[in-house]
Amino acid sequence: MPAWITALIGPFVVLNVVIGLVTYVTLLERKFAARMQSRIGPYRVGPHGLLQPIADALKLMMKEDVVPTAADKPVYNLAPIVFLIPCMLIFATIPFAPGMGVADLNIGILFFLAVSSMEIVGLFMAGWGSNNKYALLSAMRAVNQIISYDLPFIFSALVPVMLAGSLKLSDIAAAQAGGGWFILYPVIGQLAFVAFMVSTLAAENRVPFDILEAESELVAGFRVEYSGMKFALIQLGEYAHIIGSSFLGSILFLGAWAGPGPEYLGPIWMLLKAMFLFLVLTWIRWSFVRIRVDQILTLSWKFLLPATLTLLIATSFVVVWRAGGF
Amino acid sequence: MTLEATPTTRVELDYSGGERLTMNMGPQHPSAHGVFRAILTLEGETVVAVDAVIGYLHRCHEKLSETLTYAQYPSIASKTDYVAAMTSEFAYVMAAEAIGKIEVPKRAQYLRVIAAELQRIASHLLWLGTWCMDMGGALGGGATIFLYAIREREAILDLFESLVGARLLYGFHQVGGTRYDIPPGWADACRKTIAVIDQRISEYEGLLEDNPFFLARAQGVGYITRELAEDVGIAGPLLRGSGVNFDLRRSAPYSSYEDFSFTVPVETAGDCFARYRVRMVEFRESIKIVRQALDKLPDGPISSRPGLKSVAQIRIPKGEAYARVEGPRGEVGCYLIADGSAKPYRMKWRGASFSNLAVLPHIIPGHKVADVVAIMGSVDPVFGEVDR
Repeated sequence: MPAWITALIGPFVVLNVVIGLVTYVTLLERKFAARMQSRIGPYRVGPHGLLQPIADALKLMMKEDVVPTAADKPVYNLAPIVFLIPCMLIFATIPFAPGMGVADLNIGILFFLAVSSMEIVGLFMAGWGSNNKYALLSAMRAVNQIISYDLPFIFSALVPVMLAGSLKLSDIAAAQAGGGWFILYPVIGQLAFVAFMVSTLAAENRVPFDILEAESELVAGFRVEYSGMKFALIQLGEYAHIIGSSFLGSILFLGAWAGPGPEYLGPIWMLLKAMFLFLVLTWIRWSFVRIRVDQILTLSWKFLLPATLTLLIATSFVVVWRAGGF
Repeated sequence: MTLEATPTTRVELDYSGGERLTMNMGPQHPSAHGVFRAILTLEGETVVAVDAVIGYLHRCHEKLSETLTYAQYPSIASKTDYVAAMTSEFAYVMAAEAIGKIEVPKRAQYLRVIAAELQRIASHLLWLGTWCMDMGGALGGGATIFLYAIREREAILDLFESLVGARLLYGFHQVGGTRYDIPPGWADACRKTIAVIDQRISEYEGLLEDNPFFLARAQGVGYITRELAEDVGIAGPLLRGSGVNFDLRRSAPYSSYEDFSFTVPVETAGDCFARYRVRMVEFRESIKIVRQALDKLPDGPISSRPGLKSVAQIRIPKGEAYARVEGPRGEVGCYLIADGSAKPYRMKWRGASFSNLAVLPHIIPGHKVADVVAIMGSVDPVFGEVDR
């Protein structure tokens, strides 16, 4: 087999697994939300609604692709792809088990954070290209919010990096081997985890920070004009990003693939932890009301950013102190 | 910032600089609460002016009433405020009874009170759900509250269904009394339902008031001063949320409301949260009134004009009268002119939602886009009643 084919197998598998996961994670969220709201949730398609995601995907594929007459067509058509690519690329550096991943870069987390911030380009293109006032307002909010929350997101993700002393995700996982998960690290670990979850919520535009979508004000925000497969791509990207962040969270704070049982259960543990984080995000989403754009910015710049920065500095002192500095 | 009211619906802020964007919110909009159209002028995210446009749901109710007899119209009156259908039929039959000097038996009066208070609970539940959905989104915590509230409202609609046979538009009232008596076992079912709702209301209060995000969205938003409230002529929970102690059930008791003990909640803050608090207390007061009415429900006929044989049987002598009841949204009035035939000569509705809506252009400017829907939801308009 030529080398270029073997090099493609890994990404191919990961891409398909991620798409499959995203499809079924929507069902998980719908079932979970339904339980919270004393409903049953999807139940008709297949046993317990298990085929519902497939039916949804088929429906979206068969829908008419509407392009508004006044839209900026190249930008409008390109936006879902520009949005989707960074959301998929973040999976490139995630190790799902020791040695199991597409590319375990030695700057893994830097790559993750850099690429995940790029989704804003797609968002803004969608908002601008739609030539719709709701979409434009949403794009303005997107730029505001994502820039404001990327900094706390990065700072809180850097705390485990400093504790582990490496930017490589597998090194961070290895540093937590033997039960020393960073969420259990006294004070710093818990605070960093909370900050990480809050900024993840905001970076993923989930309620209470979903001012981009804000369907009661902006109808559907930047994707109000999208239908059919383009809409599906945006949804796919959004959920892929959430799952990617959940995986990152489980690597940074929950010890990655560490868990009882034989070593080949590693990926299962990793998946379970990521799904746990995803359900925590879902739980918050379905219990809070949305806050206003100015309140979101206040929360970020006046509270979260100074708090995470202080935490980062405190962590650096702890690291130096433990290494026998001072 | 200075507010200046012009004779039109347009209120502009003294705001300088910046490019303005005109955005159309409604009549087809997820949180338009029907078919309200607000033309917002925005500077960035801040609303500087509101044009309120109504009339998309006009159905000629007043003209229609001239073509229908006194026996027929109460069922149609339900359709003005379809969220609180009992209220408008109540006002209509009260006006007809006032002209004809028709006595209403005590039992019928109590049944009307029970129906009106259950309706108030059902209507406030829908308000709570939709308002939270406005603030929290259909894909967020707001939808959770909405579904809880709808679950409770269903229980009340079930009660109405076993009482009247209909779930939305009832036709429960008729001139001289009520059309239906409560079926056997209904009183117990009603007591059970309101006991559950009483307990659940506390749960929702905990869910919302212990939630800093909800407080951040509701407190200090949509401030209506006492003077503005009185000038514009708003009614119901809005008026009481602005510190005016006015409730028709207390200040001009009708249908034996003087027999029941209840408190009228008044909040002085005047913001969305104050209006929310007023309605939350009203839930409990309504439950109290229903309990008392069920306990004291007298025996006797349910109508002073039993045995209705044809739709034109009720004739009201020449005269005119204005009757008003306290609906879930405020004062609902009906002005009726009778000419001695079986149909009214002229009828005029005074809808609470209509007058409440008039306050929006005064309070929205200066707020963010997100607050527009929160304020609109706290006003609780029903467009069937606004446009009629």
